[in-house]
Amino acid sequence: MDQLPAVARVFAYLSLLTIGGGMAAFPEMKNLVVDVHHWMTFPQLIHLYSVGQLAPGPNMMMVAALGERISGLPGAFIAAAAFFIPTGILTFVVGKVWDKLKNWPWRTSIQLGLAPVAVGLAVAGTISLGKGAIQDWITAGLALIVFFATLKTKINPALLILGGAVVGAIALRV
Amino acid sequence: MSDVVAGKETPPKAAGPVSLMKIFSVFLTIGATSFGGGVVAYLRNSLVRENAWLDDTEFLELMSISNTLPGLNATNMSILAGNRLRGWSGALVAMLGMCLPGFAFMTAAGVLYGARGDNPLITAALKGVAAAAVGLIAATWYQLGRKSVRDAFDAFVILIAVLAIVEFKLSVPIVLLGVGAIGIFHHRPGAAKTHTIGEGKWISSLQ
Repeated sequence: MDQLPAVARVFAYLSLLTIGGGMAAFPEMKNLVVDVHHWMTFPQLIHLYSVGQLAPGPNMMMVAALGERISGLPGAFIAAAAFFIPTGILTFVVGKVWDKLKNWPWRTSIQLGLAPVAVGLAVAGTISLGKGAIQDWITAGLALIVFFATLKTKINPALLILGGAVVGAIALRV
Repeated sequence: MSDVVAGKETPPKAAGPVSLMKIFSVFLTIGATSFGGGVVAYLRNSLVRENAWLDDTEFLELMSISNTLPGLNATNMSILAGNRLRGWSGALVAMLGMCLPGFAFMTAAGVLYGARGDNPLITAALKGVAAAAVGLIAATWYQLGRKSVRDAFDAFVILIAVLAIVEFKLSVPIVLLGVGAIGIFHHRPGAAKTHTIGEGKWISSLQ
């Protein structure tokens, strides 16, 4: 319970870093959740993050699972509220004044200028996740197969993730 | 911004105000069925095609607001579309509908993980899930990255951002502000090179 204020702070802060998507925040999430607050180990964070790819809706709702692990059900509520409400209010306000911003010349500059930064942050986040998740040739092969299957086929990605679970259960038992 | 998405007809917009219950149920349905990511494609299908609450031009405009701000597209788009339909109460019920199913799913996942996460079979399955997730996320960003790289400068910005975090261990906000400022300055109003934002093409690639 005494962790709740810290949970609120950490997840509200992380939400502000999600420019272009949740992956941008991953390195900072690892730093805060694992290294600073010792709420869980890096493998545990990776497991919950990855399961989040299976959930419907916003793919960063995995913060609820992190909050649940840290402080039970109140932790799940606080983590999700802290992660989604502040950026939600910002979006609502900007949506209201958008007509004024629409022809502001810097708007396009911000959009074009931030797009490659967002890609860079997401690539860095993916590398950070990959360093923890890719441990041997089986996991490397699995990641490669899913990578190409996603690009070349129209299979629902959730099925590919479930396939990963089956392969893991068969081939990755210690 | 592109006004017409070639070859995609959208029905005329429905008349009259939409009830909050209807907004909630539509977003709850998307929130509960959008497995496998790509919520934006589900949103467009429901808001533009099935319910005709927005046309493609409005949808693209909301996407461009959503992309400029922090927060996820799934929730940002729910708020913006909900606001267009019924003001702040529409935004609120849309966001709640979008979030509740995933929240229940992930909270349950947290509880199960706490109870069974150290079971060797579960751990092995989760290792497989994590490896598959890396492949999926890399593919998503490969696709988005190909659309974002317009010139050598953009490629340079991506490289600098990656190196700053992975090699030099700089924190995300520093990179976001520092490299972001360079990127924004490069594309400042009146700069020699101007690009159009190819969102029309992007949206048609979601089909």
